[in-house]
Amino acid sequence: MSWLHLMIFIPFIFAIFVPFVYKWFSGKVHTGWFVLAAPLAVFLYLLKYIPSISKGETLRLDLQWMPSLGINYTAYIDGLSLIFGLLITGVGALVVLYSIYYMSKEREALHNFYVYMLLFMGAMLGLVISDNILVLYVFWELTSISSFLLIAYWYQRKNSRNGAQKSMLITIFGGLAMLAGMIMLSMMADTYSIREMYGHVNRITEHPLFLPAMILILLGAFTKSAQFPFSIWLPDAMEAPTPISAYLHSATMVKAGIYLVARFTPVFGGTSEWFWIVSCIGLITLMYGSVNAVNQKDLKGLLAYSTISQLGLIMSLLGIGSASLYFGYGDESTVYAFAVLAALFHLINHSTFKGSLFMIVGIIDHETGTRDIRKLGGLMSLMPISFTLTIIGSFAMAGLPPFNGFLSKEMFFTGVLTVFESPVFGMKSLSLLFPIIAWVASVFTFIYCMILVFKTFMGKHRPERLDKEAHEAPIGMLIPPIILSCLVIVIFFFPNIVSDHLLQPALTAVLPQFAGTGGIEVKITPWHGWSTELFMTLGVIGFGVLMYRSLKKWSPLYGYFPQALTLNGIYNHSLAGMERISLILTKQYMTGFVRDYLVYIFTFMIFLLGWSLWLSNDISFDLSNNAPIHLYEGGVILAMLIAALTVLFSKSRFTAIIAVGALGYLVSLFFVIFRAPDLALTQLVVETVTAALFLLCFYHLPELRKERSSIPFKLTNLLVSLGVGTVVTLIALSANNHRLFESISSYFEDSYTLAGAKNIVNAILVDFRGLDTMLEILVLCIAGLGVYTLIKLQLAGKEKK
Amino acid sequence: MKPNDVILHSVTKVAVFIILTFSIYLFFGGHHNPGGGFIGGLSVASGLVLLYLTFDIETVRRNIPVDFKKVAAFGVLIAIFTGASSLLFDKPFLNQAFGYFNLPIFGKTELATAVLFDVGVALAVIGTAVTIILSISEDG
Repeated sequence: MSWLHLMIFIPFIFAIFVPFVYKWFSGKVHTGWFVLAAPLAVFLYLLKYIPSISKGETLRLDLQWMPSLGINYTAYIDGLSLIFGLLITGVGALVVLYSIYYMSKEREALHNFYVYMLLFMGAMLGLVISDNILVLYVFWELTSISSFLLIAYWYQRKNSRNGAQKSMLITIFGGLAMLAGMIMLSMMADTYSIREMYGHVNRITEHPLFLPAMILILLGAFTKSAQFPFSIWLPDAMEAPTPISAYLHSATMVKAGIYLVARFTPVFGGTSEWFWIVSCIGLITLMYGSVNAVNQKDLKGLLAYSTISQLGLIMSLLGIGSASLYFGYGDESTVYAFAVLAALFHLINHSTFKGSLFMIVGIIDHETGTRDIRKLGGLMSLMPISFTLTIIGSFAMAGLPPFNGFLSKEMFFTGVLTVFESPVFGMKSLSLLFPIIAWVASVFTFIYCMILVFKTFMGKHRPERLDKEAHEAPIGMLIPPIILSCLVIVIFFFPNIVSDHLLQPALTAVLPQFAGTGGIEVKITPWHGWSTELFMTLGVIGFGVLMYRSLKKWSPLYGYFPQALTLNGIYNHSLAGMERISLILTKQYMTGFVRDYLVYIFTFMIFLLGWSLWLSNDISFDLSNNAPIHLYEGGVILAMLIAALTVLFSKSRFTAIIAVGALGYLVSLFFVIFRAPDLALTQLVVETVTAALFLLCFYHLPELRKERSSIPFKLTNLLVSLGVGTVVTLIALSANNHRLFESISSYFEDSYTLAGAKNIVNAILVDFRGLDTMLEILVLCIAGLGVYTLIKLQLAGKEKK
Repeated sequence: MKPNDVILHSVTKVAVFIILTFSIYLFFGGHHNPGGGFIGGLSVASGLVLLYLTFDIETVRRNIPVDFKKVAAFGVLIAIFTGASSLLFDKPFLNQAFGYFNLPIFGKTELATAVLFDVGVALAVIGTAVTIILSISEDG
């Protein structure tokens, strides 16, 4: 257990204490002040890694978890995970600070809010720092779950519930696909460690499972990063409180998919499939997001679509950059590697300006009571600070100087132009599409950025349309976006500090062939002559202004798109259809009769066991080695037979229970005869307790009466009971004569030296097979609670009626 | 008619003591002799069931004011925590340790973390068994 591991667990540890803090101090101090310490501490801790990481070092720390299965919690820090770690904790700290002013401590269930949020933060940290893919998967799903809880935070609202369900269904679907892909990958590379996979790239590339594994893992990344056509969950997730939208849906969770793609680029990159899928999906998403964002009336909806589009941008850059691996090490490789640098740079920039924009929208919502563009306007004089911050944020998003978005937008143009100038993977004619799509999408990006600024802050102020009187937000709420906006400007003027200390080490993590040289020789500058990129930007501005001016004329075009063909329409239809079909199917076999279920269970058992017996072809038994049967043993067996038959033919339930009890006691007598005192004791006590249980249950049942049932019903029962009896007897007899594996009992015989216990049975239970026992008591406990809730809830229901 | 169960009452009062004492013996003896958490827990549960049968639930609940659902949950928690505690010593999950110590009265005694784990098992078994029986008997 190192400090690094502890730091990853800090959010979880805090999450345990949040409810108590809330209980003790609620009403006096906002719980957020306590929570703030967690991201801040981890952020400061991670900062200390920057010097060594920027020198090209990496850090790997093992924490054994399940060494026998090869599953260890290996923390690994390189440039890529450091960038993400800093973003998660840095933006996290700002968001917590913001939420202190946004979430009312009187009205909101803050303990839930912060527990979910810390859970998410910890999961995200674990995700980016883990080297083991199975551990990574666990954290991945944890982010999906905590995001679900956060979106549904205002669960009284129907939209929140639906949005949460949608995000859950889509991201968990992707997560499961990813798990399948990861398992394939681990089979190909014969390891769970990502770092070790890098060493087996050749073997993985030639394997027939290469393509399926790649597509499955990409499914996980695309669903999480809201890439087309899985993007529909992101706009609906805007039902979450704004701090959450700012945190999850701009800076962190949606970037998990980007992280995954970047992390697996050394494994899959350099092939044409990876290049085309990632870059094309990225470009389509970029286009789809930016075109749809223009049509949004809700400010948060606009930001959601813009996030989708920006994620598409980063994704396409990563796709383009992966071609660098194809060229190995050389000039062309460096040209393509530039795209990866742009992707990482834009990732940071996007978190800064989008985080601040979300916070501002939250402020507008908080102070005016609405986020509807049609109702807002003329807020400039009322909220001057927010106005300034919005200008900084959205101009950065639009790609204007002097903001950091300008730099990364130019680098993006360079990236797509690279594809056009030195095409790879034999698609010369298609490569022209890359710059064209990028340019058109940028025009739309420019338009929605203008909408964001001018429709809300310019024009006529109409207070009668607002629920509250608009005024500037309290200073605490403004500090986080101010910090982010300052970063937006600082990064523009000093991009190479970021580049040298964070981007270059991350680049070598994504493209390992540059590891020896410590990155590529690039200085990011705002001015590099009258280049094509600059003309493209100028074109975007000119054309964007024209389009924004004539927005009223062409925006009705959006109305022509048929509602049924939208992705949301398809999603809703398929969801309703699935519910209908599963209902029909379930009604077929869920009859509500216990006897039917028993028939299913036993039939399944007969077929499964009988089939495997048949397959192994081992139905043979040899009685010659058996000990002779003594007279008294025969007597006990006779008594058992009589007891069993009594159960069958008894006229009253009471007799049946006693006969069952007698049968059980006789079995324990056998354990005594065969010198198994533990078993005998257990059997005796279990029999006693179950007899009491049976008596209690049967007290509620009606008198036993002669049942009239049809012949087929009886015949089925007869067949099933005969089948079960035969199969079990055959297995019991054959088991004795077949040693499929070498016996492991000699291991248990050493229990005194290994576990310090003279009682082998107990040593097996609590030590050798401790995990089994632990899970068994867990199941037992759950079953007990199940019985309790079933009965008590039913009672409560009755009382209500 | 009120049943005349004087004999049952008198026998139970003595028998429960024997059962519970024996259960504790079974539990602690489990490390080296037949017994252990599961059996010990079950026999405690059977002793409690005898109490519930002889006296009514209310009387017993007044004298043993324990919420058995919590007992079950607590047991599982103990088992998990003793399992997880080995992580603090850089050992795999659920790794048990034992050692020999010289205690004042008992002399040289073996202390094993397995016994702590067993406490969890026993509590989970007691809690669950009693919870189930109580819930069913209270219904109706």
